[in-house]
Amino acid sequence: MDRRRFLLNSTGTIAGGLLIPRLVAAEETLPAGAVSSGILDAIPGKRPLIKRSYRPPNYETPVSVFREEYTPNDAFYVRWHSGLPEVSLADWRLRIAGPGVQRPREFTHDDLTRRFKMAQVAAVNQCSGNRRGLFSPHVPGVQWGYGAMGNAIWRGVRLKDVLEDAGLTGNALEVVGNGADAPMLTSPDFAKSLPMWKALDPDTLIAFEMNDAPLPVSNGFPARLVVPGWTATYWIKALADLQVTDKAFDGFWMKTAYRVPKGMFGVSGFESQDTEQNSPITSIKVNSLVVSPDPGAPLAVGRRTEVMGIAWDGGSGISGVEVSLDGGAKWRAAKLGRDLGRYSWRQWRYAFKPRASGVQTVMVRAFARDGSTQVDKLVHNPAGYHHNVVQKVDFHVA
Amino acid sequence: MWRDSRVAAAFIAATLLAAVPVRADESALVLADGDGVGQVKASCSICHSVDYILMNSPFQDATGWDKTVTKMVKVMGAPITPEDSKIIVAYLAKHYGKDSGG
Repeated sequence: MDRRRFLLNSTGTIAGGLLIPRLVAAEETLPAGAVSSGILDAIPGKRPLIKRSYRPPNYETPVSVFREEYTPNDAFYVRWHSGLPEVSLADWRLRIAGPGVQRPREFTHDDLTRRFKMAQVAAVNQCSGNRRGLFSPHVPGVQWGYGAMGNAIWRGVRLKDVLEDAGLTGNALEVVGNGADAPMLTSPDFAKSLPMWKALDPDTLIAFEMNDAPLPVSNGFPARLVVPGWTATYWIKALADLQVTDKAFDGFWMKTAYRVPKGMFGVSGFESQDTEQNSPITSIKVNSLVVSPDPGAPLAVGRRTEVMGIAWDGGSGISGVEVSLDGGAKWRAAKLGRDLGRYSWRQWRYAFKPRASGVQTVMVRAFARDGSTQVDKLVHNPAGYHHNVVQKVDFHVA
Repeated sequence: MWRDSRVAAAFIAATLLAAVPVRADESALVLADGDGVGQVKASCSICHSVDYILMNSPFQDATGWDKTVTKMVKVMGAPITPEDSKIIVAYLAKHYGKDSGG
Protein backbone atom coordinates (compact mmCIF):
# COMPACT_ATOMS: atom_id res chain seq x y z
CA MET A 1 0.00 0.00 0.00
CA ASP A 2 1.50 3.34 -0.96
CA ARG A 3 1.25 6.36 1.28
CA ARG A 4 -1.45 7.99 -0.78
CA ARG A 5 -3.64 4.90 -0.66
CA PHE A 6 -3.09 4.66 3.08
CA LEU A 7 -4.22 8.25 3.58
CA LEU A 8 -7.30 7.61 1.51
CA ASN A 9 -8.24 4.52 3.50
CA SER A 10 -7.64 6.15 6.83
CA THR A 11 -9.85 9.12 5.97
CA GLY A 12 -12.47 6.98 4.27
CA THR A 13 -13.29 5.16 7.49
CA ILE A 14 -13.58 8.18 9.75
CA ALA A 15 -17.01 8.51 11.29
CA GLY A 16 -19.08 11.61 10.54
CA GLY A 17 -18.28 14.60 12.73
CA LEU A 18 -14.52 14.15 12.64
CA LEU A 19 -12.32 16.48 10.67
CA ILE A 20 -11.04 15.36 7.31
CA PRO A 21 -7.28 15.86 7.31
CA ARG A 22 -5.94 18.05 4.49
CA LEU A 23 -4.60 15.86 1.70
CA VAL A 24 -3.36 18.59 -0.58
CA ALA A 25 -1.47 21.83 -0.26
CA ALA A 26 -3.41 25.06 -0.52
CA GLU A 27 -3.62 26.79 -3.90
CA GLU A 28 -1.29 29.62 -4.68
CA THR A 29 -3.07 32.93 -4.21
CA LEU A 30 -2.82 36.35 -5.86
CA PRO A 31 -0.17 38.76 -4.55
CA ALA A 32 -1.47 40.64 -1.49
CA GLY A 33 -1.34 43.94 -3.38
CA ALA A 34 -3.49 42.50 -6.18
CA VAL A 35 -6.07 41.29 -3.68
CA SER A 36 -6.34 44.68 -1.95
CA SER A 37 -6.37 46.75 -5.15
CA GLY A 38 -8.72 44.36 -7.01
CA ILE A 39 -11.95 46.10 -6.09
CA LEU A 40 -15.26 45.79 -7.94
CA ASP A 41 -15.71 48.73 -10.28
CA ALA A 42 -18.00 49.43 -13.25
CA ILE A 43 -16.86 51.10 -16.45
CA PRO A 44 -19.33 52.31 -19.12
CA GLY A 45 -21.25 49.42 -20.65
CA LYS A 46 -20.17 46.96 -17.97
CA ARG A 47 -21.53 45.71 -14.67
CA PRO A 48 -19.06 45.86 -11.77
CA LEU A 49 -16.01 43.73 -12.59
CA ILE A 50 -12.78 43.05 -10.71
CA LYS A 51 -10.55 46.02 -11.42
CA ARG A 52 -6.92 45.14 -12.05
CA SER A 53 -5.95 48.56 -13.42
CA TYR A 54 -7.88 51.74 -14.20
CA ARG A 55 -5.58 52.98 -16.95
CA PRO A 56 -5.24 51.28 -19.32
CA PRO A 57 -8.51 49.54 -18.38
CA ASN A 58 -7.99 45.94 -17.29
CA TYR A 59 -11.03 44.32 -15.68
CA GLU A 60 -11.62 40.70 -14.77
CA THR A 61 -14.88 38.72 -14.82
CA PRO A 62 -15.97 37.22 -11.46
CA VAL A 63 -15.96 33.40 -11.62
CA SER A 64 -19.67 33.12 -10.71
CA VAL A 65 -20.53 34.65 -14.12
CA PHE A 66 -19.07 31.53 -15.77
CA ARG A 67 -22.12 29.55 -14.59
CA GLU A 68 -23.75 30.78 -17.79
CA GLU A 69 -22.95 28.99 -21.05
CA TYR A 70 -22.12 32.28 -22.72
CA THR A 71 -20.58 35.21 -20.89
CA PRO A 72 -22.87 38.26 -21.04
CA ASN A 73 -21.31 41.18 -22.90
CA ASP A 74 -21.60 43.49 -19.91
CA ALA A 75 -19.64 41.00 -17.80
CA PHE A 76 -17.00 40.10 -20.38
CA TYR A 77 -13.45 40.89 -19.22
CA VAL A 78 -11.59 43.94 -20.53
CA ARG A 79 -7.92 44.11 -21.48
CA TRP A 80 -6.09 46.98 -23.19
CA HIS A 81 -2.40 47.78 -23.61
CA SER A 82 -3.07 51.49 -24.08
CA GLY A 83 -6.16 53.67 -23.89
CA LEU A 84 -9.51 52.76 -25.41
CA PRO A 85 -9.69 54.14 -28.95
CA GLU A 86 -12.67 56.28 -29.94
CA VAL A 87 -14.06 54.88 -33.16
CA SER A 88 -17.22 56.06 -34.87
CA LEU A 89 -18.87 53.56 -37.15
CA ALA A 90 -19.34 56.17 -39.87
CA ASP A 91 -15.61 56.94 -39.98
CA TRP A 92 -14.41 53.37 -39.47
CA ARG A 93 -12.48 51.80 -42.34
CA LEU A 94 -10.67 48.50 -42.67
CA ARG A 95 -7.58 48.64 -44.87
CA ILE A 96 -6.02 45.54 -46.44
CA ALA A 97 -2.62 46.00 -48.04
CA GLY A 98 0.98 44.84 -48.02
CA PRO A 99 3.38 42.94 -50.29
CA GLY A 100 1.28 39.78 -49.96
CA VAL A 101 -1.80 41.40 -51.47
CA GLN A 102 -2.59 41.88 -55.17
CA ARG A 103 -5.29 44.56 -54.82
CA PRO A 104 -5.15 46.73 -51.70
CA ARG A 105 -8.64 47.34 -50.34
CA GLU A 106 -10.46 49.70 -48.05
CA PHE A 107 -13.89 48.75 -46.71
CA THR A 108 -16.56 50.45 -44.66
CA HIS A 109 -18.67 48.43 -42.27
CA ASP A 110 -21.51 48.35 -44.82
CA ASP A 111 -19.13 47.25 -47.59
CA LEU A 112 -18.01 44.27 -45.54
CA THR A 113 -21.44 43.13 -44.43
CA ARG A 114 -22.95 43.53 -47.91
CA ARG A 115 -20.11 41.99 -49.82
CA PHE A 116 -19.29 38.99 -47.67
CA LYS A 117 -21.31 36.18 -46.18
CA MET A 118 -21.85 36.40 -42.44
CA ALA A 119 -20.44 33.58 -40.34
CA GLN A 120 -20.38 32.78 -36.64
CA VAL A 121 -18.48 30.69 -34.15
CA ALA A 122 -18.82 29.93 -30.44
CA ALA A 123 -15.40 30.35 -28.90
CA VAL A 124 -13.56 30.94 -25.66
CA ASN A 125 -11.57 34.15 -25.61
CA GLN A 126 -8.81 33.78 -23.04
CA CYS A 127 -6.05 36.25 -22.25
CA SER A 128 -2.56 34.74 -22.53
CA GLY A 129 -1.93 35.86 -18.96
CA ASN A 130 -5.09 34.43 -17.43
CA ARG A 131 -4.17 33.07 -13.94
CA ARG A 132 -0.78 34.81 -14.03
CA GLY A 133 -1.47 36.06 -10.51
CA LEU A 134 -1.50 32.45 -9.30
CA PHE A 135 2.07 31.78 -10.44
CA SER A 136 4.51 30.66 -7.77
CA PRO A 137 6.92 32.35 -7.63
CA HIS A 138 4.93 35.37 -8.84
CA VAL A 139 5.92 37.05 -12.09
CA PRO A 140 5.31 40.73 -12.92
CA GLY A 141 2.46 41.76 -15.21
CA VAL A 142 -1.28 42.21 -14.85
CA GLN A 143 -2.09 39.95 -11.90
CA TRP A 144 -5.08 38.11 -13.33
CA GLY A 145 -6.96 35.51 -11.34
CA TYR A 146 -9.31 33.06 -13.09
CA GLY A 147 -11.45 35.58 -14.95
CA ALA A 148 -9.44 36.96 -17.89
CA MET A 149 -11.59 34.87 -20.16
CA GLY A 150 -15.11 34.43 -21.48
CA ASN A 151 -17.20 32.41 -23.90
CA ALA A 152 -19.29 34.02 -26.63
CA ILE A 153 -20.88 33.55 -30.02
CA TRP A 154 -18.94 35.76 -32.39
CA ARG A 155 -20.46 36.90 -35.66
CA GLY A 156 -18.95 38.68 -38.60
CA VAL A 157 -17.28 37.96 -41.92
CA ARG A 158 -14.56 35.43 -42.60
CA LEU A 159 -11.04 36.87 -42.67
CA LYS A 160 -10.39 34.35 -45.45
CA ASP A 161 -13.09 35.84 -47.69
CA VAL A 162 -11.77 39.37 -47.21
CA LEU A 163 -8.17 38.34 -47.89
CA GLU A 164 -9.14 36.37 -50.99
CA ASP A 165 -11.10 39.36 -52.28
CA ALA A 166 -7.88 41.38 -52.07
CA GLY A 167 -6.01 38.53 -53.74
CA LEU A 168 -3.05 36.89 -52.06
CA THR A 169 0.31 36.70 -53.78
CA GLY A 170 2.39 33.52 -53.83
CA ASN A 171 4.75 34.88 -51.20
CA ALA A 172 2.12 35.87 -48.61
CA LEU A 173 3.55 34.71 -45.25
CA GLU A 174 1.74 36.43 -42.35
CA VAL A 175 -1.27 38.68 -41.81
CA VAL A 176 -0.60 41.55 -39.41
CA GLY A 177 -3.64 42.95 -37.63
CA ASN A 178 -3.53 46.43 -36.10
CA GLY A 179 -6.18 48.22 -34.08
CA ALA A 180 -7.16 51.87 -33.78
CA ASP A 181 -5.60 52.08 -30.31
CA ALA A 182 -2.60 54.40 -30.36
CA PRO A 183 0.56 53.57 -28.41
CA MET A 184 1.51 55.71 -25.44
CA LEU A 185 4.59 57.94 -25.83
CA THR A 186 7.11 56.05 -27.94
CA SER A 187 6.02 52.58 -26.82
CA PRO A 188 5.61 50.00 -29.59
CA ASP A 189 2.27 49.92 -31.39
CA PHE A 190 0.19 46.88 -30.49
CA ALA A 191 0.00 44.73 -33.62
CA LYS A 192 -0.05 40.96 -34.01
CA SER A 193 0.46 38.60 -36.91
CA LEU A 194 -1.06 35.26 -37.88
CA PRO A 195 0.39 32.55 -40.11
CA MET A 196 -1.53 32.17 -43.38
CA TRP A 197 -3.04 28.81 -42.40
CA LYS A 198 -4.67 30.33 -39.33
CA ALA A 199 -5.72 33.51 -41.15
CA LEU A 200 -7.39 31.38 -43.84
CA ASP A 201 -9.14 29.06 -41.39
CA PRO A 202 -12.89 29.41 -42.05
CA ASP A 203 -13.48 29.92 -38.30
CA THR A 204 -11.19 32.96 -38.13
CA LEU A 205 -13.45 36.00 -38.34
CA ILE A 206 -13.63 39.75 -38.48
CA ALA A 207 -16.43 39.95 -35.92
CA PHE A 208 -18.87 42.82 -35.40
CA GLU A 209 -21.09 41.14 -32.85
CA MET A 210 -20.83 38.99 -29.81
CA ASN A 211 -23.85 37.21 -28.35
CA ASP A 212 -26.21 38.90 -30.85
CA ALA A 213 -25.21 42.46 -30.00
CA PRO A 214 -22.54 44.84 -31.29
CA LEU A 215 -19.17 44.45 -29.61
CA PRO A 216 -18.95 46.62 -26.50
CA VAL A 217 -16.51 49.52 -26.92
CA SER A 218 -14.22 47.93 -24.35
CA ASN A 219 -14.25 44.63 -26.25
CA GLY A 220 -13.22 46.13 -29.58
CA PHE A 221 -16.12 47.98 -31.22
CA PRO A 222 -16.75 48.08 -34.12
CA ALA A 223 -14.76 45.04 -35.26
CA ARG A 224 -12.23 42.62 -33.87
CA LEU A 225 -10.38 39.59 -35.05
CA VAL A 226 -11.69 36.30 -33.71
CA VAL A 227 -9.00 33.63 -33.73
CA PRO A 228 -10.66 30.57 -32.18
CA GLY A 229 -8.37 28.31 -30.19
CA TRP A 230 -5.60 30.89 -29.91
CA THR A 231 -5.07 33.16 -26.92
CA ALA A 232 -6.72 36.57 -27.02
CA THR A 233 -3.54 38.51 -27.83
CA TYR A 234 -4.26 37.74 -31.50
CA TRP A 235 -7.91 38.88 -31.34
CA ILE A 236 -7.09 42.48 -32.31
CA LYS A 237 -9.73 44.91 -31.07
CA ALA A 238 -10.98 48.00 -32.93
CA LEU A 239 -9.38 46.39 -35.98
CA ALA A 240 -8.35 49.01 -38.55
CA ASP A 241 -5.59 47.57 -40.66
CA LEU A 242 -4.48 44.24 -42.13
CA GLN A 243 -1.08 43.94 -43.76
CA VAL A 244 -0.17 40.76 -45.59
CA THR A 245 3.58 40.41 -45.35
CA ASP A 246 6.14 38.36 -47.23
CA LYS A 247 8.48 38.40 -44.22
CA ALA A 248 8.09 37.49 -40.57
CA PHE A 249 6.56 40.51 -38.80
CA ASP A 250 9.07 41.85 -36.27
CA GLY A 251 6.94 44.17 -34.12
CA PHE A 252 7.74 44.15 -30.40
CA TRP A 253 4.51 42.37 -29.42
CA MET A 254 5.36 39.46 -31.72
CA LYS A 255 9.14 39.32 -31.66
CA THR A 256 9.78 40.06 -27.97
CA ALA A 257 6.55 39.83 -26.00
CA TYR A 258 4.01 37.01 -25.77
CA ARG A 259 6.76 34.40 -26.01
CA VAL A 260 7.26 31.04 -24.34
CA PRO A 261 10.52 29.08 -24.07
CA LYS A 262 10.99 26.85 -27.13
CA GLY A 263 9.45 23.42 -26.73
CA MET A 264 8.07 24.05 -23.22
CA PHE A 265 4.46 23.84 -24.42
CA GLY A 266 4.85 21.81 -27.63
CA VAL A 267 5.05 23.21 -31.13
CA SER A 268 3.64 26.68 -31.82
CA GLY A 269 2.24 26.02 -35.28
CA PHE A 270 3.74 29.37 -36.24
CA GLU A 271 7.13 28.46 -37.73
CA SER A 272 7.92 31.86 -39.23
CA GLN A 273 7.87 33.32 -35.68
CA ASP A 274 9.84 30.55 -33.95
CA THR A 275 13.43 31.25 -32.92
CA GLU A 276 16.14 29.02 -31.44
CA GLN A 277 15.17 30.17 -27.93
CA ASN A 278 11.44 30.70 -27.95
CA SER A 279 8.10 30.58 -29.73
CA PRO A 280 5.05 32.80 -29.81
CA ILE A 281 2.28 31.71 -27.46
CA THR A 282 -0.49 30.33 -29.69
CA SER A 283 -3.04 27.62 -28.76
CA ILE A 284 -4.95 27.62 -25.50
CA LYS A 285 -4.03 24.66 -23.28
CA VAL A 286 -6.67 22.28 -21.98
CA ASN A 287 -8.12 23.62 -18.74
CA SER A 288 -11.06 23.49 -16.35
CA LEU A 289 -12.59 25.62 -13.64
CA VAL A 290 -15.01 25.10 -10.75
CA VAL A 291 -17.74 27.74 -10.92
CA SER A 292 -20.24 26.51 -8.31
CA PRO A 293 -20.92 26.33 -5.38
CA ASP A 294 -19.38 29.54 -4.05
CA PRO A 295 -16.15 28.62 -2.23
CA GLY A 296 -17.41 30.51 0.82
CA ALA A 297 -20.69 28.60 1.06
CA PRO A 298 -20.55 25.79 3.64
CA LEU A 299 -21.58 22.29 2.54
CA ALA A 300 -23.61 20.02 4.81
CA VAL A 301 -22.56 16.52 5.89
CA GLY A 302 -24.67 13.93 4.12
CA ARG A 303 -26.47 16.40 1.87
CA ARG A 304 -26.17 16.01 -1.89
CA THR A 305 -23.92 18.69 -3.33
CA GLU A 306 -23.45 19.41 -7.00
CA VAL A 307 -20.15 20.86 -8.13
CA MET A 308 -20.36 22.60 -11.49
CA GLY A 309 -17.73 23.91 -13.80
CA ILE A 310 -16.44 24.44 -17.30
CA ALA A 311 -13.70 22.85 -19.40
CA TRP A 312 -12.11 23.97 -22.65
CA ASP A 313 -9.03 23.65 -24.85
CA GLY A 314 -7.54 25.09 -28.03
CA GLY A 315 -10.12 23.59 -30.34
CA SER A 316 -9.82 19.81 -30.32
CA GLY A 317 -12.81 19.72 -27.96
CA ILE A 318 -13.33 18.29 -24.48
CA SER A 319 -13.53 14.49 -24.25
CA GLY A 320 -13.95 14.18 -20.50
CA VAL A 321 -13.71 15.76 -17.06
CA GLU A 322 -12.77 13.96 -13.86
CA VAL A 323 -13.21 14.92 -10.22
CA SER A 324 -11.25 13.73 -7.19
CA LEU A 325 -12.42 14.17 -3.61
CA ASP A 326 -9.45 12.46 -1.97
CA GLY A 327 -6.45 14.50 -3.01
CA GLY A 328 -6.00 12.89 -6.40
CA ALA A 329 -5.98 9.18 -5.52
CA LYS A 330 -9.30 8.30 -7.10
CA TRP A 331 -10.86 10.10 -10.04
CA ARG A 332 -14.46 9.80 -11.20
CA ALA A 333 -16.06 11.05 -14.41
CA ALA A 334 -18.11 14.23 -14.26
CA LYS A 335 -21.23 14.56 -16.40
CA LEU A 336 -20.62 16.72 -19.46
CA GLY A 337 -23.10 19.39 -20.57
CA ARG A 338 -24.11 19.92 -24.17
CA ASP A 339 -21.49 20.41 -26.83
CA LEU A 340 -21.58 24.05 -28.00
CA GLY A 341 -18.78 23.59 -30.52
CA ARG A 342 -15.14 22.62 -30.29
CA TYR A 343 -13.89 26.14 -29.52
CA SER A 344 -16.50 26.79 -26.85
CA TRP A 345 -16.12 25.69 -23.28
CA ARG A 346 -18.19 22.78 -22.08
CA GLN A 347 -20.10 22.69 -18.83
CA TRP A 348 -19.75 19.71 -16.46
CA ARG A 349 -21.26 18.68 -13.15
CA TYR A 350 -20.50 16.19 -10.40
CA ALA A 351 -22.72 15.29 -7.44
CA PHE A 352 -21.54 13.88 -4.11
CA LYS A 353 -22.44 13.77 -0.42
CA PRO A 354 -19.78 15.11 1.95
CA ARG A 355 -19.13 12.44 4.56
CA ALA A 356 -17.41 14.39 7.32
CA SER A 357 -17.12 17.94 8.56
CA GLY A 358 -13.97 19.92 7.92
CA VAL A 359 -12.25 20.87 4.69
CA GLN A 360 -13.32 19.01 1.56
CA THR A 361 -10.91 19.62 -1.30
CA VAL A 362 -12.32 19.13 -4.79
CA MET A 363 -9.87 18.56 -7.62
CA VAL A 364 -10.83 18.65 -11.30
CA ARG A 365 -9.01 17.76 -14.49
CA ALA A 366 -10.14 17.98 -18.11
CA PHE A 367 -9.13 15.83 -21.05
CA ALA A 368 -9.08 17.07 -24.63
CA ARG A 369 -9.77 15.07 -27.76
CA ASP A 370 -6.16 15.59 -28.83
CA GLY A 371 -5.13 13.43 -25.83
CA SER A 372 -3.84 16.26 -23.67
CA THR A 373 -4.74 16.87 -20.05
CA GLN A 374 -3.95 19.42 -17.37
CA VAL A 375 -0.68 19.53 -15.45
CA ASP A 376 -0.30 18.63 -11.75
CA LYS A 377 2.49 21.13 -11.27
CA LEU A 378 2.89 24.60 -12.75
CA VAL A 379 5.09 24.85 -15.82
CA HIS A 380 6.76 28.08 -14.75
CA ASN A 381 7.72 30.54 -17.50
CA PRO A 382 8.89 34.16 -17.27
CA ALA A 383 5.79 35.84 -18.70
CA GLY A 384 3.27 33.83 -16.69
CA TYR A 385 1.41 32.04 -19.51
CA HIS A 386 -0.52 28.76 -19.87
CA HIS A 387 -1.46 28.22 -16.23
CA ASN A 388 -3.52 25.03 -16.47
CA VAL A 389 -2.65 23.38 -13.18
CA VAL A 390 -5.33 21.03 -11.83
CA GLN A 391 -7.45 23.20 -9.55
CA LYS A 392 -7.89 22.36 -5.87
CA VAL A 393 -10.93 24.02 -4.37
CA ASP A 394 -11.52 23.87 -0.64
CA PHE A 395 -15.09 23.71 0.63
CA HIS A 396 -15.98 23.90 4.28
CA VAL A 397 -18.24 21.07 5.40
CA ALA A 398 -20.31 21.76 8.53
CA MET B 1 -26.54 45.70 -43.09
CA TRP B 2 -27.82 44.93 -39.59
CA ARG B 3 -30.30 42.14 -39.34
CA ASP B 4 -32.73 44.21 -37.36
CA SER B 5 -33.18 47.74 -36.10
CA ARG B 6 -32.50 46.71 -32.49
CA VAL B 7 -28.95 45.76 -33.37
CA ALA B 8 -28.57 48.92 -35.45
CA ALA B 9 -29.78 51.06 -32.54
CA ALA B 10 -27.41 49.33 -30.18
CA PHE B 11 -24.61 49.96 -32.64
CA ILE B 12 -25.37 53.68 -32.68
CA ALA B 13 -25.51 53.72 -28.88
CA ALA B 14 -22.14 51.99 -28.76
CA THR B 15 -20.72 54.61 -31.14
CA LEU B 16 -21.87 57.37 -28.82
CA LEU B 17 -20.36 55.55 -25.84
CA ALA B 18 -17.03 55.39 -27.62
CA ALA B 19 -16.69 59.15 -27.31
CA VAL B 20 -16.93 59.00 -23.50
CA PRO B 21 -13.63 58.21 -21.86
CA VAL B 22 -13.55 55.39 -19.35
CA ARG B 23 -14.32 56.78 -15.92
CA ALA B 24 -11.09 56.83 -13.99
CA ASP B 25 -11.21 56.64 -10.25
CA GLU B 26 -7.47 56.30 -10.07
CA SER B 27 -7.23 59.49 -8.03
CA ALA B 28 -8.40 57.36 -5.09
CA LEU B 29 -5.29 55.17 -5.30
CA VAL B 30 -2.90 55.82 -2.44
CA LEU B 31 0.84 55.24 -2.59
CA ALA B 32 2.95 54.91 0.57
CA ASP B 33 4.58 58.13 1.69
CA GLY B 34 8.35 58.26 1.44
CA ASP B 35 11.36 59.51 -0.47
CA GLY B 36 10.69 59.21 -4.20
CA VAL B 37 6.90 59.09 -4.11
CA GLY B 38 6.80 62.36 -6.05
CA GLN B 39 8.98 60.95 -8.81
CA VAL B 40 6.89 57.77 -8.95
CA LYS B 41 3.63 59.71 -9.30
CA ALA B 42 5.06 62.10 -11.88
CA SER B 43 6.76 59.46 -14.04
CA CYS B 44 4.71 56.25 -13.82
CA SER B 45 1.36 58.04 -13.98
CA ILE B 46 2.11 59.50 -17.41
CA CYS B 47 1.09 56.19 -19.00
CA HIS B 48 -0.71 54.09 -16.40
CA SER B 49 -2.54 54.19 -13.10
CA VAL B 50 -0.40 53.25 -10.12
CA ASP B 51 -2.46 50.16 -9.29
CA TYR B 52 0.10 48.48 -11.58
CA ILE B 53 2.53 49.01 -8.70
CA LEU B 54 0.10 47.87 -6.02
CA MET B 55 -0.95 44.65 -7.76
CA ASN B 56 2.67 43.73 -8.49
CA SER B 57 3.56 43.77 -4.81
CA PRO B 58 5.04 42.60 -2.58
CA PHE B 59 7.02 39.97 -4.48
CA GLN B 60 9.73 41.78 -6.44
CA ASP B 61 13.12 42.69 -4.98
CA ALA B 62 15.18 45.72 -6.05
CA THR B 63 16.58 43.78 -9.03
CA GLY B 64 13.05 42.91 -10.14
CA TRP B 65 11.80 46.48 -9.84
CA ASP B 66 14.93 47.71 -11.65
CA LYS B 67 14.11 45.39 -14.56
CA THR B 68 10.57 46.76 -14.70
CA VAL B 69 11.67 50.42 -14.61
CA THR B 70 14.37 49.75 -17.22
CA LYS B 71 11.77 48.16 -19.50
CA MET B 72 9.48 51.16 -19.07
CA VAL B 73 12.31 53.49 -20.11
CA LYS B 74 13.98 51.45 -22.85
CA VAL B 75 10.98 49.71 -24.42
CA MET B 76 7.98 51.84 -23.54
CA GLY B 77 9.71 55.19 -23.89
CA ALA B 78 9.06 56.53 -20.39
CA PRO B 79 10.89 59.88 -20.09
CA ILE B 80 12.69 59.15 -16.83
CA THR B 81 16.24 60.34 -16.15
CA PRO B 82 18.79 57.79 -14.85
CA GLU B 83 18.83 59.68 -11.52
CA ASP B 84 15.06 59.50 -11.15
CA SER B 85 15.07 55.84 -12.19
CA LYS B 86 17.35 55.05 -9.22
CA ILE B 87 15.12 56.96 -6.83
CA ILE B 88 12.02 55.22 -8.21
CA VAL B 89 13.56 51.73 -7.92
CA ALA B 90 14.67 52.45 -4.34
CA TYR B 91 11.16 53.65 -3.44
CA LEU B 92 9.45 50.62 -5.03
CA ALA B 93 11.84 48.14 -3.38
CA LYS B 94 11.38 49.78 0.01
CA HIS B 95 7.60 50.16 0.00
CA TYR B 96 6.43 47.54 -2.53
CA GLY B 97 9.32 45.09 -2.50
CA LYS B 98 9.60 41.50 -1.42
CA ASP B 99 10.71 42.42 2.08
CA SER B 100 8.49 45.46 2.53
CA GLY B 101 5.95 43.46 4.45
CA GLY B 102 3.16 45.18 2.68
